[in-house]
Amino acid sequence: MSIKGKAYLVGAYEHPTRKAGDKSVAQLHAEVAKGALEDAGLTKQDVDGYFCAGDAPGLGPLSMADYMGLRLRHMESTDTGGSSYLIHVAHAAQAIAAGKCNVALVTLAGRPRSEGSSGTQPRNWGAAAPDGPFEAPYGIVTANSYAMVAMRHMHEYGTTSEQLAWIKVAASHHAQHNPHAMLREVVTVKDVLDSPVIADPLHRLDCCVVSDGGGALIVARPEIARSLKRPLVKLIGAGESPQGQAGGKLSLTTSGAAWSGAAAFEEAGVKPADIQYASIYDSFTITVLVQIEDLGFCAKGEGGKFVADGNLISGGGRLPFNTDGGGLCNNHPANRGGMTKVIEAVRQLRGEAHPKVQVKNCGLALAQGTGGQLATRHGSATLIFERE
Amino acid sequence: MNYQDRKIPPPTVNPENKAFFDAAAQGKLLIRKCNACGEHHHYPRSLCPYCFSDQTEWRDAKGSGTIYTYSVLRRGVPVPYCIAYVTLDEGVSMLTNIVDCDLDAVKIGMKVKVLFKPTDGGPPVPMFTPA
Repeated sequence: MSIKGKAYLVGAYEHPTRKAGDKSVAQLHAEVAKGALEDAGLTKQDVDGYFCAGDAPGLGPLSMADYMGLRLRHMESTDTGGSSYLIHVAHAAQAIAAGKCNVALVTLAGRPRSEGSSGTQPRNWGAAAPDGPFEAPYGIVTANSYAMVAMRHMHEYGTTSEQLAWIKVAASHHAQHNPHAMLREVVTVKDVLDSPVIADPLHRLDCCVVSDGGGALIVARPEIARSLKRPLVKLIGAGESPQGQAGGKLSLTTSGAAWSGAAAFEEAGVKPADIQYASIYDSFTITVLVQIEDLGFCAKGEGGKFVADGNLISGGGRLPFNTDGGGLCNNHPANRGGMTKVIEAVRQLRGEAHPKVQVKNCGLALAQGTGGQLATRHGSATLIFERE
Repeated sequence: MNYQDRKIPPPTVNPENKAFFDAAAQGKLLIRKCNACGEHHHYPRSLCPYCFSDQTEWRDAKGSGTIYTYSVLRRGVPVPYCIAYVTLDEGVSMLTNIVDCDLDAVKIGMKVKVLFKPTDGGPPVPMFTPA
């Protein structure tokens, strides 16, 4: 059974905060839920399905359904790190198509900035993680994990730091128009290359921000979507794929997006060249480059040339991306950037992005996420939406 | 920049991986091989990640390999260090550190050999240095 056309994205809300030391994580989840419901024109009583991931406190859906006073008949807590929320949208569409719920709420929130999180700290996945004993002693952190992908990509394909820098430059061009963005200053390739090296070959400006905040989405069945006074954003394709170390037979330059993207395009019945706007997970510049190749926007190894010279900047570039400024400039709530990828794609399809970055007559958009760590194990998720 | 020793977090030893770290304490690198499909894999598992056979066993690795990729983490840590994937001569890659050398001279394709570094309260772990 395909989910094509079975569900619509009827509500989306991004928390305006970037530092929320005065709020609890549960409170942030509830605030974004309220925001998304108001955006959709629905109430809490309409929600019968709820989706959250590892950032939700306590027992996830149980704790948050209780906090928010939700009466549910469907819940799910798939956790693939930052891509979880794209998978939640796809699974919400499946649940709606199967008659398990009518209105699904997806929430994300966290306070890594207030809690002092950084990409050079080890992440702890628990003592029972089978891979942990073979990784933790070596000091794998977020930054050097993605840096190893960049190093290998440069080795195999001649990708340069200048080309990677163009991804940050494009994001900064968009962020200047976003009053909520953490970094609104337009930067140049030179600025990126002059920023300190964090993990060879990645510079500080190749890395995303650490921010507090969150976001929420409402997915609803077609009849409900049509009864609301919002532009119709229809889910037409979805794919998901975990990728790990393959028992040591590694290929770090290809991500799970090669599989999740192909599945989403096949279901949607469209091609990469048809996509007018793309939200691409941007934990680091290299993350964007690898996913752009794996989604088929260009051939493998051609990503450096594809992203250079402003080709990701809305208005002139061939693939406008992350027009909110993305994780590189805007925010990366809970260290999980998938939610905001979906939110900006919805804004673009509704024509509600900032006028300076709005893609003209945006009718087809893609959102792409990778969660976990690119160089060890990650979950890729791809969504394709159509404006009806 | 020359390699500096750092405090290495100990691995969590469990019944499945204990032999690997016991061998490391003896200065030996083990690798897991499946007798059903003949493939090596890493990190080591009791069930083969390729064919799912339980006929896997420990073998002595040659202890030599080639750097597949690497990165020197230079900020936000007390001591810079070089993380890497080394492709063992047996054909599988393992996450590790490149140590006891000029970290600025590390390159993809460099031939390396195993050595063992003590951890903070646990068994030693295999790391690599230019051959």
